[in-house]
Amino acid sequence: MPITSKRPSLPSSDKRWRIVAGTMRRHGFAREALIETLHTVQEYFGYLDKPSLRFVAASLRVPLSQAYGVATFYHYFTLKPPGKHTCLVCLGTACYIKGAGQLLATAEASLNVKAGETTLDGNVSLVTARCIGSCSMAPAFIFDGETAGNVNENALRSKLAGWKN
Amino acid sequence: MNPAPAVKTLAIDGIDVSASSDQTILDAARENGISIPTLCHLDGLTEVGACRMCLVELKGSTRLQPACVTLVEEGMEVTTRTPRLEKYRRMVLELLFAERNHVCSVCVANNMCELQDQAKAHGVTHVRFPYRSPELPVDVSHERFALDHNRCILCTRCVRVCNEIEGAHTWDLLGRGVNSLLISDLHQPWGESDTCTSCGKCVQVCPTGALFDKSKVGGKVRKNPDFLSYLNEMREGLR
Amino acid sequence: MTLDELEQIANEVQAAKEKSPRALNVCVAAGCLSLHSDAIKSALEKEVQRTGVNCRVAGTGCMGLCSLGPLVNREPDGQLLKNVAEADAAEIVEKLESVPPERLLCSREQPFFQRQTAVVLENSGRINPEKIEEYIAAEGYQALVRALTEMAPAQIVQEVSKSGLRGRGGAGYPTGLKWGTVAKTIGTTKYVICNADEGDPGAFMDRSVLESDPHRVLEGMIVAGYAVGASQGYIYVRAEYPLAIKRLQAAIRDARRLGFLGSQICNAKFSFDIEIRIGGGAFVCGEETALIASIEGRRGTPRPRPPFPAQSGLWQMPTLINNVESFANIPTILRRGGEWYASLGTKKSKGTKVFALCGKVRNVGLIEVPMGTPLRQIIFEIGGGIPDGHRFKAVQTGGPSGGCIPEQSLDLPVDYESLKEVGSIMGSGGMIVMDDSACMVNVARYFMEFCMSESCGKCIPCRAGTAQMFELLTRMTSGTATPQDLELLEDLCDMVSSTSLCGLGQSAPNPVLSTLRYFREEYTEHIVDKHCRAGVCECNHLAEVSA
Ligand SMILES: Cc1cc2nc3c(=O)[nH]c(=O)nc-3n(C[C@H](O)[C@H](O)[C@H](O)COP(=O)(O)O)c2cc1C
Ligand code: SF4
Ligand code: SF4
Ligand code: FES
Ligand code: FES
Repeated sequence: MPITSKRPSLPSSDKRWRIVAGTMRRHGFAREALIETLHTVQEYFGYLDKPSLRFVAASLRVPLSQAYGVATFYHYFTLKPPGKHTCLVCLGTACYIKGAGQLLATAEASLNVKAGETTLDGNVSLVTARCIGSCSMAPAFIFDGETAGNVNENALRSKLAGWKN
Repeated sequence: MNPAPAVKTLAIDGIDVSASSDQTILDAARENGISIPTLCHLDGLTEVGACRMCLVELKGSTRLQPACVTLVEEGMEVTTRTPRLEKYRRMVLELLFAERNHVCSVCVANNMCELQDQAKAHGVTHVRFPYRSPELPVDVSHERFALDHNRCILCTRCVRVCNEIEGAHTWDLLGRGVNSLLISDLHQPWGESDTCTSCGKCVQVCPTGALFDKSKVGGKVRKNPDFLSYLNEMREGLR
Repeated sequence: MTLDELEQIANEVQAAKEKSPRALNVCVAAGCLSLHSDAIKSALEKEVQRTGVNCRVAGTGCMGLCSLGPLVNREPDGQLLKNVAEADAAEIVEKLESVPPERLLCSREQPFFQRQTAVVLENSGRINPEKIEEYIAAEGYQALVRALTEMAPAQIVQEVSKSGLRGRGGAGYPTGLKWGTVAKTIGTTKYVICNADEGDPGAFMDRSVLESDPHRVLEGMIVAGYAVGASQGYIYVRAEYPLAIKRLQAAIRDARRLGFLGSQICNAKFSFDIEIRIGGGAFVCGEETALIASIEGRRGTPRPRPPFPAQSGLWQMPTLINNVESFANIPTILRRGGEWYASLGTKKSKGTKVFALCGKVRNVGLIEVPMGTPLRQIIFEIGGGIPDGHRFKAVQTGGPSGGCIPEQSLDLPVDYESLKEVGSIMGSGGMIVMDDSACMVNVARYFMEFCMSESCGKCIPCRAGTAQMFELLTRMTSGTATPQDLELLEDLCDMVSSTSLCGLGQSAPNPVLSTLRYFREEYTEHIVDKHCRAGVCECNHLAEVSA
């Protein structure tokens, strides 16, 4: 006999939860909707925190540890709130061959964070990606969603300096 | 439905054996007294084919095959021990010893550990690879048990027994690659787990000193991972 | 939908074109878009409106020569304009009927274009990817309608087999054979999956096909569904490709609207639908069993095969998995016949292959050549050679699973077998040219770092072995390695490739093995002399300090 259990209610009156619930409903609250739902949460909230993981896991009847395991397996998901600005360094092969490694070191030094971290003041997140499809203009960066090609040390430094409050 | 399993004859290390078509090479070998080393396999749990200790050579194939998941086939010629296989098995063990912090002399499982047993059996006397020496915590928050990540070889036996037999799915893995880590629930202390029933099955099946019973530390009590086949047989009987 | 109705749509598109024959097609695929070609498109639109000339302005997919982007293609004379800026809009529109400004002119009479053979890319840069009608006008969906109305599933499988098409996702498994297996497997429910995870960090072929001509992939999948008896398809796309996802969503919507997806397609007893699943940034999810786990909502860890997905795949059902480019070949194969396709290429590798040519080469971009084209021709004629007076050193194919091919093997015809012989693989089509400023030990370390951080961690050889190999290579580049470290590294290469569970681990040592094979002296220099001849590794500083 199927065990019926009540679905948890939305964590708050925040409208975005209804969008999240919508994604789950579209997939019939099936377990396999986990990744799709986490994408929706991240799209609307910017990151996945424990309360949201708990809510999604309970709604889809996915074990908590499994939900956490999935959220941390895929690098696209982040469990920490992103900074105000995001500097994405492409470390794909074409960009690496054209010096993206050194540029990343420059960014790390000038922001005083490691790749994947956010500055203490929450201003800038430094992230890396593997090939953003702009190999023809390697090395490529994405500054706050805007792709920039043929980036050199100076361009990078001045871009980051411009973000300082 | 599935046709009744047929009988297959094959040769393992030159010995002719027969097995039913739904059996793995590992089953067939063990039934005939031929031992193949394993770490992630445990009778009664689903197979993951992850540790690669049980790799064997098949005549006519260049790829090595894991005995724990490969089904027997008519006319198969299996070799379970060759210098090449033994070398790879030693390297698997060396890689495990170098991956985390296994200091046998101070480990709760000293002399009761499958990793240690395998190392002895394969003559691993020293590790050539650089020790990675990661800094890993020990979780003692549970009232009866503890988890020492330093000894964990990520075999997922605990994950599987907890999910498949106990039905709690308290354990899973976080992250991936060398950064994988065993977690309970939402990466919270084991003692604060919402789902753990404190049944202790994970402790019984853990091949190393990673999961242990705090009250047994210092005692010479071997774990009993074989309770599973018994549990499973009882279940089948009920059907 | 019938062939007549298709023709009618095509005629309407044609008539509209004749009414207004002049057009400016702006590439709005990833490469040019990141040079803000969308702004150029609006500038051209404004200018056309301002001047009131009769000229269509449209966005298209990739035209190939990304390094000269943003590119604009002019109709009806087919002139190609390069390095277009917003400021050029007025002049371009003004000179619509005369010769375009010299500085913008990009000749099509150069080897980059002339040495190519377009099958998969036949519509790229020519049609508007967001208009299903334009695809139909380019003979799109004819293959599907013919297949459903005139062919039995077995005939389709036969035609695909005859074409000699082999999987473009890397391994080169014969596509017809795979389709036949899935078709023959008994099962009430079957699935078709399109692998658009494109994880090779220097490859963007699949992305470009999806952004430039998405219907071609859908058509290939629907035909496949009919041929193998599946009624549901999934496209697994990387989250990093938002534009491709957007174009696919629009394409699926339009295909449903015209009845190419849904129930009783073309009045045949055949229903098929396609859903998109978005990946999460894990290279290993390109591996078919990991991809299936991911669609099922789980951690993307591979499982041992057999059983192969063809027997037991998504939700344990028989499942056909093919790569984007494999599916994209299907419509043309059915339209022009398997024999025609098999006339292209070499004895064992038929047809054409798309490559993403990049790195230290003059013409960076997307190319399609017949199998068997020599590497030298690709790099020095199509690619235009090495810029800035540097010397060619190696070309890397197959990404983290492939290898570096040196100068002496450049006359090699590219096909599955010959690339394997020289220690690399065809892979999905990334081709990265390196000049003398690249250090081969450093390149090997780069790929090992990739494999280490992309390893799912399930099996020990790959999880712990790649980490150890990375450590050993780091010792070499930082000048602290000993000759024993090299021995250990070679031992590990053998062990990890022989014992790992999936292709990621099995091929992770390839970049090391191939660089050792052709550039061993560079390893020795790093270890013994603490010297990096390319001057990129830290070990040089070390030598300076101690000198
Ligand atoms: C680690 C790994 C990554 C892979 N990545 C991809 C990929 O990004 N795209 C792809 O089509 N195939 C990829 N493959 C190959 C697939 O497993 C599979 O063979 C392929 O999708 C089959 O399609 P085909 O026969 O059309 O090539 C990968 C394989 C491995 C082992
Ligand atoms: S778990 Fe086993 S191998 Fe590891 S330290 Fe303890 S006794 Fe040694
Ligand atoms: S805790 Fe023990 S059983 Fe669980 S994964 Fe680690 S070694 Fe295996
Ligand atoms: S490698 Fe950086 S965009 Fe492709
Ligand atoms: S026992 Fe077979 S792979 Fe571990």
